[in-house]
Amino acid sequence: MWPPPPAPEPGSSPLSTESPENSCCCENSGLPGLMTTPSETRSSRMRVLGLGWRGPTGTEPGPGAQAAYRLRFRTCWLWLVGVPDTCLSMGLELYLDLLSASCRAVYIFARKNNIPFDFQFVDLLKGHHHSKEYIKINPLKKVPSLKDGKFVLSESVAILFYLCRKYSTPSHWYPPDLHTRARVDEFMAWQHTAIQMPMSRILWIKMLIPMITGEEVPDEKVEQMLAEVKNSMQLFEEKFLQDKMFISGDHISLADVVALVEMMQRGQELEGRPGTGRRTQHFSVSQP
Amino acid sequence: MGLELYLDLISQPCRAVYIFAKKNGIPFELRTVELLKGQHHSDAFAQVNPLKKVPALKDGDFTLAESVAILLYLCRKYEVPDHWYPQDLQARARVDEYLAWQHTALRNSCTRAMWQKMMFPVFLGEQVPPETLASTLAELERCLQLLEDKFLKDQDFLAGPHISVADLVAITELMHPVSAGCQVFKSRPKLAAWRQRVEAAVGKDLFQEAHAVVMKAKDLPPADSAIKEKLKPSVQVLLQ
Repeated sequence: MWPPPPAPEPGSSPLSTESPENSCCCENSGLPGLMTTPSETRSSRMRVLGLGWRGPTGTEPGPGAQAAYRLRFRTCWLWLVGVPDTCLSMGLELYLDLLSASCRAVYIFARKNNIPFDFQFVDLLKGHHHSKEYIKINPLKKVPSLKDGKFVLSESVAILFYLCRKYSTPSHWYPPDLHTRARVDEFMAWQHTAIQMPMSRILWIKMLIPMITGEEVPDEKVEQMLAEVKNSMQLFEEKFLQDKMFISGDHISLADVVALVEMMQRGQELEGRPGTGRRTQHFSVSQP
Repeated sequence: MGLELYLDLISQPCRAVYIFAKKNGIPFELRTVELLKGQHHSDAFAQVNPLKKVPALKDGDFTLAESVAILLYLCRKYEVPDHWYPQDLQARARVDEYLAWQHTALRNSCTRAMWQKMMFPVFLGEQVPPETLASTLAELERCLQLLEDKFLKDQDFLAGPHISVADLVAITELMHPVSAGCQVFKSRPKLAAWRQRVEAAVGKDLFQEAHAVVMKAKDLPPADSAIKEKLKPSVQVLLQ
């Protein structure tokens, strides 16, 4: 049995008003329902999630940058905050580390649809995904994984489809119309190699490997991957999003969740792209 | 105009779509897009698929890219037998799981193995460093082990007792390094037995028909310099 993570800190609030010095507003605000780690690791998580101060170490964010980060965090949080905390429940278990974009997609979808689950934290930075215990759950050694009684499932796309079907979520998440559903499938297939793979590599090379080993990776490697991602973002805007509100049309679907979590991983490269800015706003205002 | 499938049977995902459509008696017009002549970069094809890849589908005004999306579309539109994409929640999840995993795992290593072992030296006249090829073949071995241990296990097919789209996607991938002379099935009796079952379920004639082009790829004459110029930028990534 996977060890249960520690409970969230009492008195934590999702929305703080003023940032403490030298830190982002998010640093001391645990996300209710998010099983937490010590605050130092949590603040580094927030940085990696693109929600923290990303300036040079030892410098303070200026007032403008602080406001921008608060807006980004609140935009994301407002979208979630309407959901009651139904995280803790036996039965469905989700093995996650929110450092990973694909875990975030599954987490957001489950929370948004009030699907009760046990959050089982798999600490990527500590290499828990390579542990003997975790390999028994997912021999592919990746997160996210799902465990539903004896049934174990890996791959975030498969998990999202499974949750949709089992919990009969509203149809806009995976529309029944033949063509609209095909559009979602098309994006879900394309994004594996076009977005998820290079973004995941950037995360490891730019942040996680240096954090774990203390060694920097040559810039050329990252530049190449960033070029790949930029090309994919261009295709995303021209082919998948176009002038629509969402990938499949007028309503949000699984495809949008999967797309957005990847983009929020390395926010600064994607700012200035009007399509992605527009969709982030739509996330914050379109949900009841 | 009815259903059109834009394919080049040298490509693994095109073979999966081809076999599926033929096996299920789905009527379509085959539109060949010759990858080795760079036809996927043409403006005409970009109208069908701006991602410039095969396979692509055109059904009236509706166009669709990505083999997995195309297979699921055909499943639903033509109401094929349930086993191809089962209704059962967990069985379907198994198919989805394989179809998701293979993009960045088996697909990657099979394409690289075939190109590094055969297409670069034979077709493009470019030698691949031995350590690069060795690393690719090691990665292929790792994926094959996962295919056996995590997906196939002791089942007859990847998602359970019956053939599904997952098996078509997988078998067409494995035939890629086979066409380059990699002995994928020789030391893996479990996979070899699974291959026999898939071929029998699909029909040997259809299976061979779908693989005729790729199995002859080793006999291709070397590309001329114009083709090399055209293809090199997009295939360089397969050397990494």
